[in-house]
Formats: sequence, C-alpha cells, structure tokens
Amino acid sequence: MSEPNAETIRPDSPRPSPEWVFWLGLSILGGFYVLLIVAMIIADLFYTTPGHLLEAIARPEIRFAILLSLISCTITTILSLWVGIPLGYLMSRKKFIGKGLLDTILDIPIVLPPLVLGLSLLILFQTPIGQAIQRVVPITYQWPSVIIAQFAVAAAFSVRTMRVTFDQISPRTEQVAMTLGCSRHQAFWYVVLPQAGRGVLTAATLSWSRSLGEFGPILIFSGATRMRTEVLPTTVFLELSIGNLEAALAVSLLMIFVATFVLVLTRWLGLRGTGLL
Amino acid sequence: MILVDRISVAQGAFRLDEVSFRIEPGRYAVLMGRTGSGKTTVIEAIAGLRPVASGRILLDGRDVTRLSPAERGVGYVPQDGALFPTMTVQENLAFPLVIRNVRPAAIRDRVQELAGWLHITHLLDRRAVRLSGGETQRIALGRALAFHPRILLLDEPLSALDEETRESMLAVLETLKRRKEVSVLHVTHHRTEAERLADLLLRVEGRTVVDARTAPTPPMAADAFVPDAC
Repeated sequence: MSEPNAETIRPDSPRPSPEWVFWLGLSILGGFYVLLIVAMIIADLFYTTPGHLLEAIARPEIRFAILLSLISCTITTILSLWVGIPLGYLMSRKKFIGKGLLDTILDIPIVLPPLVLGLSLLILFQTPIGQAIQRVVPITYQWPSVIIAQFAVAAAFSVRTMRVTFDQISPRTEQVAMTLGCSRHQAFWYVVLPQAGRGVLTAATLSWSRSLGEFGPILIFSGATRMRTEVLPTTVFLELSIGNLEAALAVSLLMIFVATFVLVLTRWLGLRGTGLL
Repeated sequence: MILVDRISVAQGAFRLDEVSFRIEPGRYAVLMGRTGSGKTTVIEAIAGLRPVASGRILLDGRDVTRLSPAERGVGYVPQDGALFPTMTVQENLAFPLVIRNVRPAAIRDRVQELAGWLHITHLLDRRAVRLSGGETQRIALGRALAFHPRILLLDEPLSALDEETRESMLAVLETLKRRKEVSVLHVTHHRTEAERLADLLLRVEGRTVVDARTAPTPPMAADAFVPDAC
C-alpha cells in the first residue's frame, strides 16, 4: 500500500462566511415578528385620537370596566401565586405516584379553548355543590365569576413559572439550611423563597397580564352586563358589536398602555440590583 | 463521636452495604474513594439528607437514624459551599444561631469570633455571591461551626481551590483538628490531603468502607467491621 498523497489528505483551510451574515439572517427571520407587533400598535395609534381616548375614559361604564379589570386582575394574581408557589415547589422537589397525571391536569387550562373553559365553569356552578355555594355567594353572571374565570387560566401559568423557578434553584441550600437547624418549612421561607423572588415577580406579571386579556371564559361564565361584569375586553366586544369602533380602539389602546406599563415596571423591579439595569 | 453501624444506603442502581466505622470524640477522620464511589452518600446519610435502608447511626451515643437533619446537630459543608445567596456573609454565619433564637449580642460576638479566625472579617457585609472558592469554603465552614456542633462533615472542601488557597484552608482545618472540639468526617479523593489531616483514614472499597491504613488491597469482604484506629 502506498503512502497517501499529502495533498489529498490535507483539507482546505476553512473559509467561513463573515459572522455578520449569520446575525443578519437571524435579524431578518425574527424581525418580521417584531415588525408585526410594532406595526399593529402604530396602526391603532393612527386610527384614534387623544379626544376619543378621553371621551371613552369619561364614560361611567368604561370607568367601571377599568376599575373591575384592575381589581379583578390584582386579586387573581394574588390567588395565582397562592397556589402557584406551593404547587410549583411540590412539582419541582417531590417524586410521587401520579405526578405525570397531575402535570397533565395542570396544563389543561393552558390548552383548553377559552369558550370551553367558560362553559365548564358555568356547568360546574350548576351542579348541586355549585348551587349550594351560589346560595351563599352568587357567582355566575356576578363579579366573583370574573375572578374565577381569570384565575382558572392564570394559575396554570403561575404554577408552570414557579416550577421552572424552583427547578433552577439547587436543593443544596435548603438541605444545608435543614442541617443548620431549620424545619422543611423554615428552610422554604428563609432560604428558598427569597431566592425565587424573580420567579415570583415573573409569575405575577404573567398572571396579571393573562387576566387582563381574558375574555372567552368571562363572556360565557360572567356574561357581558354593563356596570356589573364588564371588564375591558368585554368593553371592546360590546363597543364593536354596536359599531362604535372609536371607543373599542380607545379601550384597546388603554389596555396596551396598561399592559406595557406593568411589563416595564416588573422588568425594572426584577432587574434592579442585579447589575443588568 | 460518630458511630456508623452496618448501614445500607441505596440510590438508584448504586448502593452501599453494611458500612461501619467509628470516629472517637475530637478525632479527625478522612474518607477516601474514587469519584462516584459513594463517599458523599455516606456523609449525606449521617447528615440526615439521605434515608438509610438498614443499620444505625449514633452521634455522641444518640441514635439519630430516624431523626430529621435539624435534630442531628451536625455541621455540614457541601462541596460547593451552598451559601445562601440572598443573604450577606454575616447573615450566613449568623443563620444557625438566628434559627435557634440566640440573643443578638451573642450572635454578633460569635460571628466576629468566626470571621476573625477564618480571616473573612472584610467580607461580612458583602452579599454571599461571586466570592472566590476559598472564601466560599471558609464562610461555609464558619456557618457550619457557628452553633458549636460536636460533629462536622466536610465534603471535598479543598477540591475546587487553587494551590495557594488550598494551603491556607488546610491550615484552617489543621487548627480545627488540633482544637479537638469536634469529631470530623472529611471526604476527599486527594491522598496527600488525607495523609496530612487524618487521625483515622477510611476508604470506600467496593460497596463498603474499610480502614485504609490496616486494610489490605484489594477489597475486603463486605461484612468487615472496621475498629477505630486511634
């Protein structure tokens, strides 16, 4: 066997395309989406005037909708964290029989069509147990139903966010805390939860903004009664259905402003002190 | 005193069987073994972080086999230090004392005493993040000793340190050994470190633990009971 020719085994030195081509490609692919978002908002802005916005805000039923949206979203966020933190921790740290099933159940509200969720809630509160509850606290077509409809979806996002958060925190610190004299409970409060601060903030933002945009389940479960169960998405729907595009747009813009403000605020709160902001 | 009496620990496909050894009060024991041989498992079992399938663990004559980690009164320093990142160094050192409702003045004194000994006084007000390997280990050691435990468990405390830091940490551990206030179980795969510190040198051999200074190699039978060498 003869020696292989050095020329044939020496590969060509690589000539990579310039790096900027790669980044440009990524920017073009992603840029379309960013463009879509910005273009939508700009189109909304051009379609309305500050006058329309002020006019809309001056109407008592829209003020009611703003107030109900703000209050219900905040209550829903607190409730979502209330279940999201314990469930997220449980799912992150514990192995138990039926965990896979529980995981699937927790994802149902995320994948379920909103109308189906609303209908299911409506049916639930028509069962004997549901009716018994309603004899004490009227729920269906009343304001508490708004919170329940928002909570049913928002909590699923909160659980998921908190689970990922706890997954990223090493169990080592809480183990050490326990050897230092903590009960499991104390280790969670003093050592784990402070480390999960960012995750809690993210879960709260997600829950709040999901709740603000919640419409399908609310329409079915709470109805669209002015001055009673009307939240901001309901207003958009009601104004559109009577052909009042200006008012619908004004309220839509209001929602965009509020949602953006909440996003920016939580980002700022979350990044402050981390050296990133 | 640490008395491990025929414990078996299983973790997935891996298991340790009939592990027995005794560390007399104030003695410094080093447990050696290859990576993945189960050294850390032994330490975690003593700390109460890993359930044992059978056997008993006695600390200062008290059977702690079924007790929670908190009830065992053991100082534990994991390999990565596992400092609490949301607290300052001072708060880390004070943590076991705060949990025990010790008076603030006494906590301050103890923190100052530990910080002075471990040369970390200049770090006290810093958040316990982005510290060097040596600093992290010193703080973790201080935190583990803050409540005056009678037992100290060290999991590879020197493995992540560079040569110079390692030497100064070794000096700290030698002081600890001289004081004879705690019984120490130190896990390592570093032979010279082990020889330098150990009153009692143990080795994970197959599925069990043997006295490295008396046991012949290759491995002894699994049921060998290793008497205290000191």
